[in-house]
Amino acid sequence: MHAIEARGLVKIFDGFRAVDGIDLNVPAGSIYGVLGPNGAGKTTTLRMLLGIIDPDDGVRTLLGSDRPLSQSKLVGYLPEERGLYQSMRAVDTIAFMGALRGLPLKEGVARGRVLLEEAGLGEAADRQIRQLSKGMAQTVQLMGTIVHEPKLIVLDEPFSGLDAINQGKLERMIRAQAAKGVTVIFSTHVIAHAERLCERIAIIAKGRVSFDGLVSTARDRLRPQVHLETETMDGPWRSAIPSDCKAEGNWWHFTLPETGVEPLLKALVEGKAGVRSLSIERPGLHDAFVAIAGEDAAALMDQPTAGDLA
Amino acid sequence: MIEMIKSAYVIGRRDFTAIIFSKAFFFFLLGPLFPLLVGGAAGALGGEVARDIASPVVGITMSADDGRALVAARVALAKEMGEGRFPELKLLGPSKDDPETLLKNTQNGLIAVLEGDLQKPKLIGTAGPVESWKAEIALLVTFARNGDAMKLMPVETQLVVQSAGSNKQKQLVTAQGAQVLVFMLTMLLAGMVMSNMVEEKANKIIEILAAAVPMDAVFIGKLFAMLAMAFLGIIVWGSVGFGLVTLAGSAMPSFPTPAVGWPMFAILCIVYFAMAYLVLGSLFIGIGAQAATVREVQTLSMPVTMLQLINFFLGMYTVAKINQPVETFAAIFPFSSPFAMIARAAQDPTLWHHGVAIIGQGMFALLIVRIGVYLFRRNVMKSGSGGREKAIGKRKLFGLVPLGRG
Repeated sequence: MHAIEARGLVKIFDGFRAVDGIDLNVPAGSIYGVLGPNGAGKTTTLRMLLGIIDPDDGVRTLLGSDRPLSQSKLVGYLPEERGLYQSMRAVDTIAFMGALRGLPLKEGVARGRVLLEEAGLGEAADRQIRQLSKGMAQTVQLMGTIVHEPKLIVLDEPFSGLDAINQGKLERMIRAQAAKGVTVIFSTHVIAHAERLCERIAIIAKGRVSFDGLVSTARDRLRPQVHLETETMDGPWRSAIPSDCKAEGNWWHFTLPETGVEPLLKALVEGKAGVRSLSIERPGLHDAFVAIAGEDAAALMDQPTAGDLA
Repeated sequence: MIEMIKSAYVIGRRDFTAIIFSKAFFFFLLGPLFPLLVGGAAGALGGEVARDIASPVVGITMSADDGRALVAARVALAKEMGEGRFPELKLLGPSKDDPETLLKNTQNGLIAVLEGDLQKPKLIGTAGPVESWKAEIALLVTFARNGDAMKLMPVETQLVVQSAGSNKQKQLVTAQGAQVLVFMLTMLLAGMVMSNMVEEKANKIIEILAAAVPMDAVFIGKLFAMLAMAFLGIIVWGSVGFGLVTLAGSAMPSFPTPAVGWPMFAILCIVYFAMAYLVLGSLFIGIGAQAATVREVQTLSMPVTMLQLINFFLGMYTVAKINQPVETFAAIFPFSSPFAMIARAAQDPTLWHHGVAIIGQGMFALLIVRIGVYLFRRNVMKSGSGGREKAIGKRKLFGLVPLGRG
């Protein structure tokens, strides 16, 4: 069962194919990350999935419906550009955002107070948004995204602009929602967040999906890296080491051969290499990203957005 | 449909409460006071200026007897016809100076000179005053020549309450008054509704709204929030106006009963105000949604205001041309229809026309909203931060008119 399915989504702006045939499958109840550099088409894809804009081609279903806005009561959305009514009280803001999704205003106010209390902002409930710090205002908006208890939460670059403490809070909130069975999909250009949170990811570059699947599958695309330090520099054991290995003094860095770790260890011991240190490192998502999307896309991932700088 | 109405209600309720609980709403309520004050001051000043310049003087260079006879004739005629109907007469007596010299003399301040005698008068002056006052001078000379022998025939008068001719004329005044009132109210709201969507984009909340409810609901909610605010204003202004009328008592001018009767006319005026606002407002909110900055809205305000004026003038022009082709066009054309139909309500008792017009105006407003929503979804919600950087300098209003950096 998929919370979101998309087939061949295309969006063209002034002749530019911002999204160029994207396929996505977001399993219900999962935490799903959409990774890609700035301008890859993440926001446009999310907007199409939510029905904010219509695709020029392709189909998408959101919670089983091909009319995403009809499911709006079951969806919570935090856009990349955070905006709130400055003169509105924090609790009213949460209630208003709930009311937009069909939650009665009174109920929204009551739930808003509870959510703010839980987030440690109880005393700010009756203050106007303009009187809150930026981090507090972002928390209020996040509370507004979940106040109506949605089945699907869509977060566009949710970590941008947050300090480390608030990033941690947000990660905990995402995990808590997922634990309740809520599907969470978020876009990010910071691989570490996706690596920590997601079971599945889609890697988008230049409007196309380069990978859609489990994080572990993405990482398994790369062979583990071996870092070996020996006492001797030469001997019969050298035949077990790939020819393209990098040598730095007594250190040898190479990709684990497909034959696996056992034949390597046997050759090292029997060949009297005198192993001082041996580590086998599983590739990270960053390495997988570089392998899948390319060095250029990976370099763009590191560039901060306006939200990061805010 | 019900879901959309509910969503529009949520949007409208937020906007309405935000507006009426703001300090700016107090100034909105004071809004109509300013035109009244400015109008009153301008009227008083204008009257003062008019008094200063509305006394043209004609110099008389006839003999003393002829001059005295002319002055006596003027006094007698002005008594019957009104002081302002004749120029002032300044007796100069036979002069050595020629008339042109007399006219050039700034101390005299003459607009014309009458020379000769009562048998053969000659009026000398520039074209305008001579043409304007020739007949009046001829009347004065005729009276002066005949002395007491010529008197105006007394006419017996009897006053009645109503006449078709005067009623028609007064109903025209009622129609025009109602048109002006509706136009002023619409003008008051137009700029506000146009900038409303820009503010939503400026405070970046628009995407939250667009993701949660259909954009039609956002547009309609905002339109009706403004309308509700206007009605609140009308209630306040109406109460104040009613209070003033009650205080003034019989001193207030009486208006003839409109053709559809006062209660129906009042209802129709309110409905047509709402329709005029909704038709124009739907256009303005659509335009406002396309604009990215307040500066763009200000730039658009000028042509939009001109369009409003054209529609208003069309309604005004056709006010006395009921059922003529131009009036029928004005009644059908959605932007002028509310104004033209108000004029009809004042002068024509037929009611079914209004039902058709109101339905037509409502449907047109909905059509404009749909087009505005379509353009908004097509041209405005384009991309995230990456795409925005690419789009700088490439933005187009309605997808057609290139716009510079916001």
